[in-house]
Amino acid sequence: MGSTSPGQTVDLTKLEPVFEKFVDVTKGSLIPVLQAAQDTYGYLPFKALEAIARHLKTPISQIYGVVTFYAQFRLTPRGKHIIRSCQGTACHVRNSARILETLKTTLGVKPGGTTEDLKFTLETVACIGACSLAPVMMVDTDAHGRLRPDRISKILDSYSN
Amino acid sequence: MTRTETLSRLTSAADLDVLKNKVLPRLQVRKDPNAKPYEGVTHNIMICCDTGCTSSGSRKIVDAFEKDLKAKGLDKSVEVVIIGCHGFCEMGPLIVVYPNDIYYVHLTPDDIPEIVDETIKNGNAVERLLYQDRETLKPIVNYKEIEFYAKQNRILLTNCGHINPEDVMEYIANDGYKALAKALTMKDNTDALLEEVKKSGLRGRGGGGFPTGRKWDLCRNAPGDKKYIICNADEGDPGAFMDRSMMEGDPHRLLEGMIIGGLVIGADEGYIYCRAEYPLAIRRLNNAIAQAETLGLLGDNILGSGWSFHLHIKEGAGAFVCGEETALIHSIEGKRGMPTARPPFPAISGLWGKPTNNNNVETWANIPGIIRNGGDWYASYGTANSKGTKVFALTGKIRNTGLAEVPMGITMREIIFNIGGGIQNDKKFKAVQIGGPSGGCLPESMIDRPVDYDSLIEAGAMMGSGGLVVVDEDTCMVDLARFFLSFTRDESCGKCTPCREGSTRMLNILNNITQGKGLPGDIELLEELARNIKLSALCGLGQTCPNPILSTIRYFRHEYEAHIFQKKCPAGQCVDLLTYWIDTEKCIGCGACKKVCPADAIDGNKKEPHVIDVRKCIKCGSCIDACKKQKAISRK
Repeated sequence: MGSTSPGQTVDLTKLEPVFEKFVDVTKGSLIPVLQAAQDTYGYLPFKALEAIARHLKTPISQIYGVVTFYAQFRLTPRGKHIIRSCQGTACHVRNSARILETLKTTLGVKPGGTTEDLKFTLETVACIGACSLAPVMMVDTDAHGRLRPDRISKILDSYSN
Repeated sequence: MTRTETLSRLTSAADLDVLKNKVLPRLQVRKDPNAKPYEGVTHNIMICCDTGCTSSGSRKIVDAFEKDLKAKGLDKSVEVVIIGCHGFCEMGPLIVVYPNDIYYVHLTPDDIPEIVDETIKNGNAVERLLYQDRETLKPIVNYKEIEFYAKQNRILLTNCGHINPEDVMEYIANDGYKALAKALTMKDNTDALLEEVKKSGLRGRGGGGFPTGRKWDLCRNAPGDKKYIICNADEGDPGAFMDRSMMEGDPHRLLEGMIIGGLVIGADEGYIYCRAEYPLAIRRLNNAIAQAETLGLLGDNILGSGWSFHLHIKEGAGAFVCGEETALIHSIEGKRGMPTARPPFPAISGLWGKPTNNNNVETWANIPGIIRNGGDWYASYGTANSKGTKVFALTGKIRNTGLAEVPMGITMREIIFNIGGGIQNDKKFKAVQIGGPSGGCLPESMIDRPVDYDSLIEAGAMMGSGGLVVVDEDTCMVDLARFFLSFTRDESCGKCTPCREGSTRMLNILNNITQGKGLPGDIELLEELARNIKLSALCGLGQTCPNPILSTIRYFRHEYEAHIFQKKCPAGQCVDLLTYWIDTEKCIGCGACKKVCPADAIDGNKKEPHVIDVRKCIKCGSCIDACKKQKAISRK
């Protein structure tokens, strides 16, 4: 299940503040707990999912079902910087495919992939709502708009440390 | 920047009036050029820091103003106000300086000292930073005279971009929560409130267009003591950002609409389901809820009326199908967001099995205006069957990208060519896509019809949530249909076969066509599949996913045929049907193309003709852009 290596150590004490915040386990708290856990670890380690299952008294199968349903949740570690190339309609008609192609070539990974040095993870997103600046990509929380293929490597360089 | 008024609990409608009158003097500078300075403040500088403008660098403008004002000792007399979306995103970063409503566009931090010296100190406009009329080239000082704004009718976005969205006082000063106070005086006669909503003719702004008053009535009459209301803020349509802008720019309006809705429907608890991709909207809503609770406008014993209502925010986790109401409800419950068959409708059995009413952001936000001014006032805008105004997000190959609120019944041509300013780079208009992945496109021959729910359905499109994506002659309509299908295929939850398998099958055919592998009969096969999926899919996502295909076939069949029979993409966009090459006669060997090529596919010595290695070429088109002067590179 997932691709977290079984022997990996995960500091479960980090989950305690999350559990404290969601004491009431009855009312739909699974998704907020998962979101908070992912904020903590950057992804959802399997050991953390087991702990969440115990805390919420919910079968792990059900949790796994929820985790794999939503695009937001990740079972593998991600890079230091997350690049989200927008492929929404407005970006599409302003040639975002060119931008994604360039990102793929420059980073050498496909969407969903992480560079070997764990520096960048490349993702696509179906609209970040900055359509007026299309084509757009987000690097972490910064939006870069009016992109052109030849500007990509310079932008990536600014995140290289 | 920090405000002096402390928030203390209001216990009656009269308290609200007192508070409003207390705040008014400090905002007078924005309304009256001769206003007396309030606590020494002579100017307000409104800086749009919505997601669009922030991406254009508006935060640097804020910093530059604060630094420069401080250095010149003006930080006490000039207030820098961060506002939500002002609408004209194309012009960002943009600001408005009060008094005198001076509107500056496309600013850089270097422009700021000049504005402080000329406008703040000397009272003059800096001409080079003003908006310039596209045709007359005359600078325009007051934004209200710009065609983009002048043609709009902002009754819903009236505060958006004009108040500080993080300051509840500014909302109250603009008659905020007055509708709630009025509704509470009628709390024993909520029939009359419902009657106003029905009279307004408001229809659901999320896409379906179901009459809001009737929807409320269903849930209100459903048996049960515990009821919920939900705001669907899972604006997932790519190309739509109206709801985000409203939540970021005027969050209290949404809260007020929901509180009134709770009162009418008989619910004591509500949820706002907002997509996680909108972190700023979530922050502003949380802030607004906290302020409203402190003031006693939300929570227990609202305005001393004895009636209580509580609001919660749920963050979505990235699933387009959660825009469907039953899927959304399952997601709030912490389950996989999969739709279930209706009936039972949520009005009877919704969240945790209780009667639930769900509307989207724009619908809820329309309620305060309707209650304050009456249903007749609202119904005076719009057409016979589509009342009021609609907010559209203008994007794509349009000159004036941004947010526009127009009365229903306006023509699409007015929206695109007057407000939107026409097509970028003087290209030719081809079509406008409306309603996102569930909608369709309208070609030039259809854009003179009035825009309302029914005429759009007739034309093979739908209102959807209001994203308008304009495309020009360079956009391939087959590829656009393929784009939407690949989106719905990815977002299909997989529960019902017609949607899961059907969307995949249609996408395969479209992929083949755009790759030059289309076969005679493919168009007819697509039409047959589309009709069947529309009839048999479980939820709105599946039932509407064939719309982009059907409408592009309806209006642009010749483009499909060109791909299938001539193996050509008339728009020159489908990369598999294109090759790039350099005309050796024209190439002067300047190396500009080689420098920009991200794939290292261009080779050649200085001052000698260059060549493209077609095996390495990713067909991005950068080289053509770089060779604008010589025009030696072409694709065919």
